[in-house]
Amino acid sequence: MDIPEKEFLAPGHRACAGCGATIGVRLALKMLGENTVAVSATGCLEVITTPYPETSWKIPWIHVAFENAGAVASGVERALKAQGKDDVTVVAFAGDGGTADIGLQSLSGAMERGHNLIYICYDNEAYMNTGVQRSGATPYGASTTTSPHGKESFGENKPKKNIPMIMAAHGVPYVATASISYPEDFMKKVQKAKEIEGPAYIHLHQPCTTGWGYDPSKTIELGRLAVETGSWLLYEIEEGEFKITYRPLERKPVNVYLEAQKRFKHLADKEKEKIQNYVDQVCAELKI
Amino acid sequence: MTSVGATVKEPGSSVKNKTGSWRTFKPILDKEKCIDCVNCILFCPEGCINKDYDIDYDYCKGCGICAEECPVEAIKMERE
Ligand SMILES: Cc1ncc(C[n+]2csc(CCOP(=O)(O)OP(=O)(O)O)c2C)c(N)n1
Ligand code: SF4
Ligand code: SF4
Ligand code: SF4
Ligand SMILES: [Mg+2]
Repeated sequence: MDIPEKEFLAPGHRACAGCGATIGVRLALKMLGENTVAVSATGCLEVITTPYPETSWKIPWIHVAFENAGAVASGVERALKAQGKDDVTVVAFAGDGGTADIGLQSLSGAMERGHNLIYICYDNEAYMNTGVQRSGATPYGASTTTSPHGKESFGENKPKKNIPMIMAAHGVPYVATASISYPEDFMKKVQKAKEIEGPAYIHLHQPCTTGWGYDPSKTIELGRLAVETGSWLLYEIEEGEFKITYRPLERKPVNVYLEAQKRFKHLADKEKEKIQNYVDQVCAELKI
Repeated sequence: MTSVGATVKEPGSSVKNKTGSWRTFKPILDKEKCIDCVNCILFCPEGCINKDYDIDYDYCKGCGICAEECPVEAIKMERE
């Protein structure tokens, strides 16, 4: 695969050392190229890349509220269209909180109206910017500041909300999941999303050293373990057709993923077994 | 030009902030050992390794991802 050399996210940004979000955005922008307008919901990405009066973005970029990336990206797309600028790519980046929780209705509206835009959810599985509160995308068993483990609790007690499938239910032309640890797979999907006419949704799994509790050097390894254990799946749905894009040769036990992170360290065997059973069930359904 | 809200007109101006000062461990890349897999370039959160595998220490935060992901151990982390 030919990977464009040019960078559209400048260094000097304030992300934690080893941040997975910035890796994901760098790779996406490489594929989207110069002729792109980006919209970011409030969250880590916005805060780390735009400490006023500086910006890391080398393309036009708009910061919007926590809840309306979908709506603003729709507006940008329509404005460009009205100006006859049909060749500009519009991309929205929003966190899992901005996507699965507060921004879900504005995203749903954008998908329903059929705007020609790409929405990339960078999923670090909690509200990281405000200090690791749970989101709808926090996985079962994870300890966060609002789902803390302790005598009365084993951490988050709800399963991870399946946003990509909710997006697929909108009948949009392209939905994909991805991981920063599989860059070619991710970048191919970004390329497809760019070429497709109409709304495209990519759900990018992105380990977070600070919120998950692991050494910064292990960001890529953690993303890989998620996929190799079947905890995160790589697929795409193109015009309604579902396809697994990466299959682990041999699925590793979920435990190796869980034990590598502080947020799961407290889990008792009973909960771990529950998580393994859940993963087994999903993987059996999808023949992974 | 009318400004609405806070407008930053200088693209990529965060380069003024040299995050290299955050570093405790410094990646040292041995080009002799390198097999051109480009893992380090792709995975660096700062995008501070160029196509010739020169690391820009003005921005490298010393996260160690490049060393961890190098398949031939061409990158070593050294305490500064
Ligand atoms: C309406 C509103 N409520 C709360 C906040 C505070 N807030 C800012 S970012 C954020 C969490 C962002 O989480 P996520 O979308 O997952 O992005 P991340 O920080 O993890 O990258 C919250 C709660 C806000 N900005 N606006
Ligand atoms: S808290 Fe996590 S997502 Fe946010 S900047 Fe730090 S590593 Fe990146
Ligand atoms: S240590 Fe981290 S920031 Fe420094 S060059 Fe390697 S990957 Fe980039
Ligand atoms: S990861 Fe190692 S082998 Fe690959 S390009 Fe970088 S230095 Fe060379
Ligand atoms: Mg988040």
